[in-house]
Amino acid sequence: MESLLEIRALTVELATAGGRVKPVNDVSLRLARGESLGLVGESGSGKTMLSLSLMGLLPPGARVGGAIDWRATQLETNLADLPDEEWRKVRGREIAMIFQEPMTSLNPVMRIGAQIAEAILAHEPQMGKDVLRQRLITAMRQAAMPEPETRKQQFPHQLSGGLRQRAMIAMALAPQPKLLIADEPTTALDVTVQKHILDLLDHLRRELVLAVLFVTHDLGVVGKVADRVAVMYAGRIVEEGPARNVLETPKHPYTQGLLAASPTLERRELTPIPGSVPQLTELPSGCSFAPRCRYRRDECDRAVPELRSAAKDHRARCVLVPEAKEGKETMDRQAES
Amino acid sequence: MTPLLEVRNISKTYLRGGGVFADRAEGERFTALDGVSFEVAAGETFAIVGESGCGKTTLARILLRLIEPDSGNILFDGQDLLHLAGGPLRAQRRKMQMIFQDPFASLNPRMKVGEIVAEPLVIHEHGHSSAERLRRAAEILQHVGLDTSALKRYPHEFSGGQRQRIGIARALILRPKLIIADEPVSALDVSVGAQVLRLLQELQQEFGLTFVFISHSLPVVAQLANQIAVMRAGKIVEAGAAERILRQPAASYTKELLAAVPEIPRASQV
Repeated sequence: MESLLEIRALTVELATAGGRVKPVNDVSLRLARGESLGLVGESGSGKTMLSLSLMGLLPPGARVGGAIDWRATQLETNLADLPDEEWRKVRGREIAMIFQEPMTSLNPVMRIGAQIAEAILAHEPQMGKDVLRQRLITAMRQAAMPEPETRKQQFPHQLSGGLRQRAMIAMALAPQPKLLIADEPTTALDVTVQKHILDLLDHLRRELVLAVLFVTHDLGVVGKVADRVAVMYAGRIVEEGPARNVLETPKHPYTQGLLAASPTLERRELTPIPGSVPQLTELPSGCSFAPRCRYRRDECDRAVPELRSAAKDHRARCVLVPEAKEGKETMDRQAES
Repeated sequence: MTPLLEVRNISKTYLRGGGVFADRAEGERFTALDGVSFEVAAGETFAIVGESGCGKTTLARILLRLIEPDSGNILFDGQDLLHLAGGPLRAQRRKMQMIFQDPFASLNPRMKVGEIVAEPLVIHEHGHSSAERLRRAAEILQHVGLDTSALKRYPHEFSGGQRQRIGIARALILRPKLIIADEPVSALDVSVGAQVLRLLQELQQEFGLTFVFISHSLPVVAQLANQIAVMRAGKIVEAGAAERILRQPAASYTKELLAAVPEIPRASQV
């Protein structure tokens, strides 16, 4: 099936005090209708900049290369060079976004109902009052907000963190987008509330055939909600594949390192990754992860490795992944060591 | 053996509301802590787990006597902490130090790292020359994995993980017996958080430290706690050996917390 979103060799370049950097560097990704993709990375990996480029919200002065093919309708558009006035048809309407901290994304002096209504009216200004009221209640029901008639009269500070995130979800989904970008949507929430929100998003994805890009640093969350996972490091995708495969048989040493460093309910020896995420102004010429990698060899410093196919639909940007289909042996050896 | 820290029946209430928009219903109080009791043996890690608003941070503040409880007792290292004042209180306080959640907010941006780490000496050990204080700061920085070049630099020059190490060095310079760590890794990236957790374990061995470890994260707590107390709405709903709480929780709330943790699927242990 043709994908809803196809990012091809996307590069975002920004001018900083330390020189020009590429927070998004040669990123290619696909997302099918109704599919959920987990975008995993630590701070500075470029995952937020990548999602902002899908909303046309890059900081002024950002230079964009590559293409973002967007196929919400029959008409294909390239979001990478969409003029500002065209963005209005896409941003919020076809592609919506929810953020980590719902409190700072909601207007504190506006009632919840009015804020959701505003999101609907922004895209359909002609809508009559009665229809609008109905759409509002539907949106709140959809986001599983109890007692919508009461809640719509309340202000953000009167809602709990979980309800605020539900209000954000109601607002994001009211214009019936095809893609929802969820940027760390549950990081600020308690674990029991997180579970409810993740369950809700999963339910809505199926019911509305909504594609979801889940931006997170939490591999547990990814395992729960994502069909596929893309792992970012220093602006590049370093590994990509079906969620189970990537989490159970990670091919890139960085993914392996993240898994070994993630606390689980099982007590085990946590193995930290030495060093820290590199500054984008000081990237090595070869593999960006090489300075922290325990499998580092001369080859790693010569050039940035290509994304190589490690298994069906599973690719990793590492010289340890054998180049052709031959050499399963090398991979096994890598797994052993 | 007598425990290092014994908390008996601590309660704390606050006047509800108080903001500009609050309804001023007189006498309405909010219970932050309701009869909390536990004991911490020397050398162990006692974890307090709970969701936001459960009272875990209020409890940490009371342990350090930053705020006063309404009732209850705290016995620390043989003394009744709540009835001390002046010199004797200071003497007890230097034996308990705190590590904070946010490594960006908890270090003074206008002070050099050497001054930050050595500041507890200025307060608790008068009479050292500044050269001596810097020597001690350099020594403790080495224990947390930072070299002496850090002394003359400012906090903003360091990454989140390194700042947390600076905070740990400041807590350790007085060689305390008890460390109260309030969410020490929740603001850090996964790969760096694991470094800090490991460092805390190593330092515990090296200095014979006792930890009260406050966290919302059961997976984090599972890595280093000997004892776990689960809090909800100001009460401890369940406490016991970490293994037992994690594997055979008795309270339904503990079960709910455990079930809500999104676990990473694993083929076999890597």
